[in-house]
Amino acid sequence: MSTTSPAPTGRFPLSAAVATARLAGRAARLGGRGGTSLPGKVLTRLRPDAIARMSDRLDEGSVVLSATNGKTTTAALVASILELHGTTLVHNRQGANMAGGIAASLLGSWRHGRPTGALGLFEVDEFWLDGLVRSLRPRVVLLANLFRDQLDRYGELEAIADRWHEIVADDAARTAAGDGPGFRLVLGSDDPAVADLGLDRDDVLYFGVQDVSVAREVADHASDATTCRVCGASYVYTATFVGHLGHYRCPACGHRRPDPQVTAERVVLDATRGSSFDLVLPDTTVPVRLHLPGLYNVYNALGAAALTHALGVPAATIAEGLGTTAAAFGRAETVTVGDRELQLLLVKNPAGANEVARTLALAEGELDLLAVLNDRIADGRDVSWIWDADLEAIAGRVRHVTCAGSRAEEMAVRWKYAGVASSRIAVVKDGVGAALDHALAAAPEDHAVPIHAIPTYTAMLELREELVRRGAAKGSFA
Amino acid sequence: MSERTLRIGALYPDLLNIYADRGNLLMLERRCAWRGIGFEVTRSTIGDELDPDAHDLLYLGGGQDRDQQLCALDLTTVKRDAVHAHAARGGAVLAVCGGYQLLGHHYGLEPGVTLPGLGLLDVHTERGEGRLIGNVAIEVDGRTLAGFENHGGRTVLAPGQEPLGRVLSGHGNTGSSGFEGARTGNVVGTYLHGPLLPKNAWFADALIAAALGIDPADLAPLDDRLEDGAHASARRAAGV
Repeated sequence: MSTTSPAPTGRFPLSAAVATARLAGRAARLGGRGGTSLPGKVLTRLRPDAIARMSDRLDEGSVVLSATNGKTTTAALVASILELHGTTLVHNRQGANMAGGIAASLLGSWRHGRPTGALGLFEVDEFWLDGLVRSLRPRVVLLANLFRDQLDRYGELEAIADRWHEIVADDAARTAAGDGPGFRLVLGSDDPAVADLGLDRDDVLYFGVQDVSVAREVADHASDATTCRVCGASYVYTATFVGHLGHYRCPACGHRRPDPQVTAERVVLDATRGSSFDLVLPDTTVPVRLHLPGLYNVYNALGAAALTHALGVPAATIAEGLGTTAAAFGRAETVTVGDRELQLLLVKNPAGANEVARTLALAEGELDLLAVLNDRIADGRDVSWIWDADLEAIAGRVRHVTCAGSRAEEMAVRWKYAGVASSRIAVVKDGVGAALDHALAAAPEDHAVPIHAIPTYTAMLELREELVRRGAAKGSFA
Repeated sequence: MSERTLRIGALYPDLLNIYADRGNLLMLERRCAWRGIGFEVTRSTIGDELDPDAHDLLYLGGGQDRDQQLCALDLTTVKRDAVHAHAARGGAVLAVCGGYQLLGHHYGLEPGVTLPGLGLLDVHTERGEGRLIGNVAIEVDGRTLAGFENHGGRTVLAPGQEPLGRVLSGHGNTGSSGFEGARTGNVVGTYLHGPLLPKNAWFADALIAAALGIDPADLAPLDDRLEDGAHASARRAAGV
């Protein structure tokens, strides 16, 4: 589970390993396989230290971010801010976030023995974070949230939190031993499991939502991490925003949410289109207009703002960068199919699904949905989570839902028990193209009514590929 | 049909809920409502006294290690006598995953850490090497239950303890015994989640009938075309 699997032979020179990995990537593409991370996998097999060696040549070092939800979008926001700031990046933009994907992005930028970008911007899978932090030696580490996600793949939440605690402890030990300056830690204040990572440090930059007017009335069913890590008592929340993210304190030992230095105030959510808020930074406050929907994207924006603030980017650049970011690949992306709009809302776990439901609840009129549930490894083999998602919040508004994917029938039953009449539910099993056709045919005549697609990760890739084939979306590797 | 109400006691819904256990309760609720059977859920968590006569079905889900420890202590002290009295008068119990482990005599979580259990099922559990994860299908009373399992514990049945079913595909209690779950009268423990009941509507009905003390054949039939599809999908995923 680290980046240092044993090499099959002795030591290849790095340049030879780079050339071999590139050939492997070209062969895979010719063979018709996408293979975003395949060349990276080859590279790390030939040279287990490739990531460390290559990232060491980045003039401005690297920054790393991880979370259960929002990694790709947060990284896209950070990239947009840093590009405005004039920083050239090496960035795993397509979200391939394990060692192979990060090696592949370094490989892609490698020219004449060095990277073409100055700063590495890497989103990292929660479970691979420890190994990659050891290899990358980042300047800043942003950890945003931990939600219940694909337990079959990752084990329990606490196990990940424990691994993250070890990363922070290792960094402190290393710094104490005089081995490098260590990393600046940027943490979400509103997630207790994440905020507690900063318990023993005094230089943490916290970000969170202050504006309680956008709090929910009751905690979601999918709430995680609701007991105090210090004493084990249940946290008391005075406000919850997204899942278990909120304002909390422990009634037993008094441990409480740290005050965030980067916050959002006066938040106004604008249905499925976006939001506006005042971004409060340690030294100033700037208005932000975000073109990504939902409160969860306000969190992503705050994380991106905190990370770039830690890198010394001025507030005005941060606000402008946030305002010019379009939806990341398949995340709240809107495309036109024929003469109808289709909005893609990636759903991969109950917390994400709850936020999508909450966003859809703000949309006007009845809802026409295309729900695609796959159970491949990247989606999570266990599809239980659909029952933790609060689909009841929008069930009464569903005009029609087309269910597709490898577990389409189970998606259909979930909608039925959420309260959607069976007559409004269709199961389409013969491919995502047929499902898309069905959803288009089932939608009302009025072409102003959009269709909302809510696919899991691999379903999103398939759906997007189908849309590219129909000329509706730009190629993902364009 | 009767004017009856299915009264559920949900134990530790705030702590033992990790595998979408809410879906099991929702399944029971809707299937009762469609048949005009009343439905009530009472939630009892740490420290709450349990009324041994107030429920037709007690439900226990799965949880993370730390939460399961809290529940084990409460279950074997505060609620012990009430759960035993409930079972002794024929009350139904459905316990999934972590909840199933707590129905046994004990759960050896790690060297030196053993969680006490209720002893309602004649089984005990020890943490094994690695987790048993994947789609699973078992045969119960000549029918199939399909679901997903994800457990570090290996549950051993004492001689004479009836399993819930025979493993058709997947790991089951230990990964090698060929058995899955345990059942004594109306008390059922299983590792199958996914959640269990939405993938196996017939079993939801069997449970409703057992809890109400009626014959499943007396339950009004429902339009289960979507449910049958979900059952087939879960079986297919398990390769059965």
